[in-house]
Amino acid sequence: MKPLERPTHRASFRTRINVLRAMMSLALSSTSARRMTVAVLAATALGGASATPAVAETNDKEIRPFRVNVPDEALDDLRKRVLATRWPEKETVNDRSQGVQLAKLQELVRYWGTEYDWRKVEAKLNALPQFITTIDGLDIHFIHVRSRHPNALPVIITHGWPGSITEQLKVIGPLTDPTAHGGRAQDAFDVVIPSMPGYGFSGKPTATGWNPDRIARAWAELMRRVGYTRYVAQGGDWGSPVSSAMARQASPGLLGIHINLPATVPPDVAAALASGGPPPAGLSEKERAAFDSLDTFYKMRRAYGAMMGTRPQVIGQALTDSPAGLAAFMYDYNDGEPERLLTKDDFLDNVTLYWLTNTATSSARLYWETGGQSVLLASAQKTSEITLPVAITVFPEEVYRAPETWARRAYRNLIYFKEVDKGGHFAAWEEPELFAAELRAAFRSIR
Amino acid sequence: MNTTRTIATAMLIVGSGLPLQVTAQTTTTSGTEGAAVAPASAARRSTEGTSVRPFTVHFPQGSLDNLRRRIAATQWPEKETVADLSQGVPLATMQELARYWATDYDWRTVEAKLNALPQFLTEIDGLDIHFIHVRSPHANALPLIVTHGWPGSIIEQLKIIDPLVNPTAHGGNAADAFHVVIPSMPGYGFSGKPTSTGWGPERMGRAWAELMTRLGYTHYVAQGGDWGAFVVDQMGLQAPAGLLAIHTNMPATVPADVDKALLAGQPAPSGLSAEERRAYQQLERTFKQVDYARLMASRPQTLYGIADSPVGLAAWLLDHNDADGQPAAAVHSALSRTTSATGELTRDEILDNITLYWLTNTGVSASRLYWEYKGGFFNAKGVSIPVAVSVFPGEQYEAPRSWTERAYPKLIYYKRLDKGGHFAAWEQPDLFAAELRAAFRSLRSAN
Repeated sequence: MKPLERPTHRASFRTRINVLRAMMSLALSSTSARRMTVAVLAATALGGASATPAVAETNDKEIRPFRVNVPDEALDDLRKRVLATRWPEKETVNDRSQGVQLAKLQELVRYWGTEYDWRKVEAKLNALPQFITTIDGLDIHFIHVRSRHPNALPVIITHGWPGSITEQLKVIGPLTDPTAHGGRAQDAFDVVIPSMPGYGFSGKPTATGWNPDRIARAWAELMRRVGYTRYVAQGGDWGSPVSSAMARQASPGLLGIHINLPATVPPDVAAALASGGPPPAGLSEKERAAFDSLDTFYKMRRAYGAMMGTRPQVIGQALTDSPAGLAAFMYDYNDGEPERLLTKDDFLDNVTLYWLTNTATSSARLYWETGGQSVLLASAQKTSEITLPVAITVFPEEVYRAPETWARRAYRNLIYFKEVDKGGHFAAWEEPELFAAELRAAFRSIR
Repeated sequence: MNTTRTIATAMLIVGSGLPLQVTAQTTTTSGTEGAAVAPASAARRSTEGTSVRPFTVHFPQGSLDNLRRRIAATQWPEKETVADLSQGVPLATMQELARYWATDYDWRTVEAKLNALPQFLTEIDGLDIHFIHVRSPHANALPLIVTHGWPGSIIEQLKIIDPLVNPTAHGGNAADAFHVVIPSMPGYGFSGKPTSTGWGPERMGRAWAELMTRLGYTHYVAQGGDWGAFVVDQMGLQAPAGLLAIHTNMPATVPADVDKALLAGQPAPSGLSAEERRAYQQLERTFKQVDYARLMASRPQTLYGIADSPVGLAAWLLDHNDADGQPAAAVHSALSRTTSATGELTRDEILDNITLYWLTNTGVSASRLYWEYKGGFFNAKGVSIPVAVSVFPGEQYEAPRSWTERAYPKLIYYKRLDKGGHFAAWEQPDLFAAELRAAFRSLRSAN
């Protein structure tokens, strides 16, 4: 493959921003009209990887190589903004109960503005075969790494929020090249890792409708387009409802799914959680523990999703214009301490990707698209309609530890269920070797 | 004798490079620190006791320039994917507002308006409380303390001051005059920011009673809407010596059984009158539109974006989670109103309020009030002192007379108006002032 130096999304986003800035300053500056002309011309010339379907290539099934190359100017601008952060006062408590603590965030943001190096992850990304193809009117970006082993099982892995393809970078080696990672050749996978619409380097929807069902249909088309006739799907967070939707749709070729944020919560438990009431009677010890985790999540940790679900354009604005605001919003995960499970650089790779692609608002809109349907509830995810094989791995620091009893009720064709002893919500990112081992084990019976 | 000292918060200097400064004029020479928003200075003010210090607002030009620069450098999200308000404040609305904010809007106009009013600081319960205090020229004027809400400030009340203190110039009688005290709530505007927990409406109610006592008022009334309504309800419960009655324009009247059904998301209980059923439906709608409140109640500190991004702050303060209803409809319609002869809300007033939040860096400290409050919202609280209620049609719900009479057994006044909404004093100042005159008239003749 001839590496094609393509303009990145950032390039086209920057021109869009410049256009807006030029428009804003039109009244003030006589030179701005010229700047705008330049920007518009640039936008036309650089339209290749643009988010807007209007400029998509004419051959709508074409798969175009893609490389990331963020201009220095964008990185300088980010650093300047980071260092110019205006901070609020310190929280009035000594714990994380009001959100991300000021000192913690200031230290992270200081590192971001001084030592952090985006070029490292950019090089990592560009060492992988990346592509863009237009599906259902939208440019879909994806990483596609084939195993050198024959009969490798194709898997499409879907990230979540606040995640991106950076979540999955560390599982690619173990999955495609198992023999180098303590596995066997017959456990190899061909790996496809797309950026969801509105996320990362994929296009941003300009109209409504890009919910998990539509994403799932696009993924089936993507797998068909890259030539896979038999494959599996995997996902956590939003990747879970996307994978579940794929299983419900049961498009030809899909053999089964693995999810690490299963939608197992039964209706009676969901009702109790919604009303803030006591748990239903008769829960086992594990079910009660799951209920308690969910109860805390519903009461204290769910507002971010509800806000994005109802007012993406409002919360999105504050995240789109403030790198520190974006970092804090994404940091407030895993009980506000993602660094317990991730390195600072891992975390910042992902935040920086959101910043550079300006996807804080477009990614938040996925919550709006689903109208508040919880990804945790069996009924909301219509798990009873799934007949294809489902595999589940429960990581201990997930939002809740799905009990096997609930999982068996929700997914009637459960072929694999395992509770592992480490890892959390971003399992692929946090415990890549364990995660890869789980995928090998989960799909072994299907091969 | 008249020392003027400017202070700047250390954190702001670190953040923006351009300190926010608030000038306080004081008649003491004890090193008063003015409208200190710096947490670190709170402890050093303990010696100041009960002095009441004059206060004027003056933000250095550098702060205003910095704000304009930040607005002009805004990174925008893409346009919403809908043609209505259902995803939040539309991009075009924000961009037009930002353009005006960064170019023609003049903070100095409202600064002059504020400085034309007698303003003061006094320390109560360890915190500097800022307030406007305008005495009526009329003898026997009734002292009144008016409390603003979120996302409001003392800016909400500026237009009612003259009608209240000088009724004869506004179609009223001298006998209806008020002495007016308008404090900034802790964490809001020019009041200090709490550095520890506990400043909920209950504590504010006690502080307001102390403030009125300190000003020498032995008999007074209290008024509030939004959070101000919570504060006056608490004052009503505390019934401090001298408090004759309260007036609320967001009454808490919902009977316990109805409130329980509401919170559980159940349909309206049987046996409600048509008026009550309508109120129930309005509240159902309200409770579906409180995600902004839930986020501030659970993770106020995570909202770093509204401290760092003027446009992010503006979007946050403009939106009330409601697509096209109240109260944000009043705010949205104001954005296209450049002048108003009848006192209706204008774009400048909206920006006065937002700019006040920005310049005082109170986006997060104001949000924290939601975190502080653990009580009920519209449920009857058991206030047994005399209460007056004005029901404006655009309020979150129109409190039925039946519920209001049960909630406030000493109801001295109840009236439903035909115009005005959640920000009644701001939206309909003349009507609001007339309501206060009428509401408390019986009380004066009784005294």
